[in-house]
Amino acid sequence: MLQVRALRKSYSGTEVLRGVNISVAAGECYGLLGPNGAGKTTTLRCCLGLTASDTGSIRLAGLPVPASARTARARTGVCPQFDNLDPDFTVAENLIVYGRYFGIPRRAMLGRLPRLLEFAGLEDKASARLDTLSGGMKRRLTLARALVNDPQIIFLDEPTTGLDPQARHVIWDRLKSLAAAGRTLILTTHFMDEAERLCDRVGILDHGAMIAEDSPRQLIGSRIEPHVVEVYGEGVQDWARELAPRHAERVELTGETAFCYCQEATPLLQAMQGHPRLRALSRTANLEDVFIKLTGRDIRD
Amino acid sequence: MIDRLQLRFLHIVSRNFLVWRKLMYASLVGNLADPVIYLVGLGFGLGAFMPPIEGMPYINFLAAGMICYSAMNSATFEALYSAFSRLKVQRTWEGILHAPMTPSDVVIGEWLWAALKSTFSGAAMLLAMYLLGLVHGLRPLAVMPVVLLIGLAFAGLGLIMTAVAKSFDFFVFYFTLLITPMMFVSGVFYPRTALPTLVQRAAALLPLTHGADLARGLTLGLPLRQPWTDVLVLAAYAGLSLMLAVRLIRRRLMK
Repeated sequence: MLQVRALRKSYSGTEVLRGVNISVAAGECYGLLGPNGAGKTTTLRCCLGLTASDTGSIRLAGLPVPASARTARARTGVCPQFDNLDPDFTVAENLIVYGRYFGIPRRAMLGRLPRLLEFAGLEDKASARLDTLSGGMKRRLTLARALVNDPQIIFLDEPTTGLDPQARHVIWDRLKSLAAAGRTLILTTHFMDEAERLCDRVGILDHGAMIAEDSPRQLIGSRIEPHVVEVYGEGVQDWARELAPRHAERVELTGETAFCYCQEATPLLQAMQGHPRLRALSRTANLEDVFIKLTGRDIRD
Repeated sequence: MIDRLQLRFLHIVSRNFLVWRKLMYASLVGNLADPVIYLVGLGFGLGAFMPPIEGMPYINFLAAGMICYSAMNSATFEALYSAFSRLKVQRTWEGILHAPMTPSDVVIGEWLWAALKSTFSGAAMLLAMYLLGLVHGLRPLAVMPVVLLIGLAFAGLGLIMTAVAKSFDFFVFYFTLLITPMMFVSGVFYPRTALPTLVQRAAALLPLTHGADLARGLTLGLPLRQPWTDVLVLAAYAGLSLMLAVRLIRRRLMK
């Protein structure tokens, strides 16, 4: 459904993409992860033919991009990161007018409207003004708008950023129903739990290059120790330097917390009993641990 | 049908029309009442102290200029503030480009829409002239294509500004340094013969000058001095500014 080969792109001398390869099969949910500035948005823009890459090739929905980008976009849905719904239109008008850009006549859109509104959970909001909608409702409407052309492949750029937990769960549910219906989903996100839940496969992009790509479970199983103990409290710095390494494969001290990565958590927890001022949170490793291990703890701006 | 004929830019025109219809009443007051108030206020008030200009009462002279002035203003506002809001604030164009539309579809659509709005403003002004008894018969209607051309010229110029603007503040330069002086040197409020020769020569290069000459001749039934030159200059401004706006906005959107 999407093939990206050796994609390179520079902006005024800075290489933003350094040979990115992505291959997404029909019906797959693929997560594109990476710190800010890793090249996620540029990659998506290239895929849609909105940015020309310097070298490399892209096929989207069976068509070469950018050569046939317009036709490829006719088969694609996009749920953008920033809300760009039409604030002057009602909910239904937003969908009808957007359908027109795909050449879908008003009458056909009126036929599709009930299903789209149902998908967005906005059945009783068809003639509501946009400023009366909550953030979650707007995001659901944006998602429904990405479906006006009944696309087989849908790009979602940070679909749940800024939503409360309830609204996030509703979006996840909608995305799962799209995946179950056999649609191909490509999403970017900063929420590792979201990627772990939704994606069949994730690719981690850093400094414009793909540094890891696999199913979330495989990445967690192969790229990191299975247990993580987060230790904090008075004297944690000394303890982390001197004693923790005896019981953990790796120890990372950031600020007031020591992250101890171990094959077995029990010996470390037992060793901690002699240090009543330290407190610990013991858990199994997750995708976020893999992500931090691979991309580092430095802040990217 | 629209898509088969590659007339996708009409989707943009119709989108903007739908929004306009919702905000129509404010727009009608702005387009109809505002110019009439100016015309009556300046024409009768100031006109009472003025000798006839080129053999006609001042209000007649002014009215023909005001058609062009309101067309220019209307197209300029739409192509600057409204278009920039759709580009940057509301991100409307970004959403449109995710559909099978191109930057040139968007720009051509915005250009036509801004010109249509200014044609509407010009028509409102002409209607006011009829109601005040300043013009009679059908011949003044011939000014409408000229108004459209003025609209296209200023829509194109405005879209160039939008293409390079970082924020709304930038438009102050365009208004204060270009639009406002143009208003005073193009023969809208008084004949250009009142100006120094050098300024007159410079004014001959400006689109509003040619629009005002055409509009005055056509509405008041005066002989036209160089109608084809006027049309050609306006058409050149319209066409060249559109081409440049398409290039600049494509570069900005497809970076």
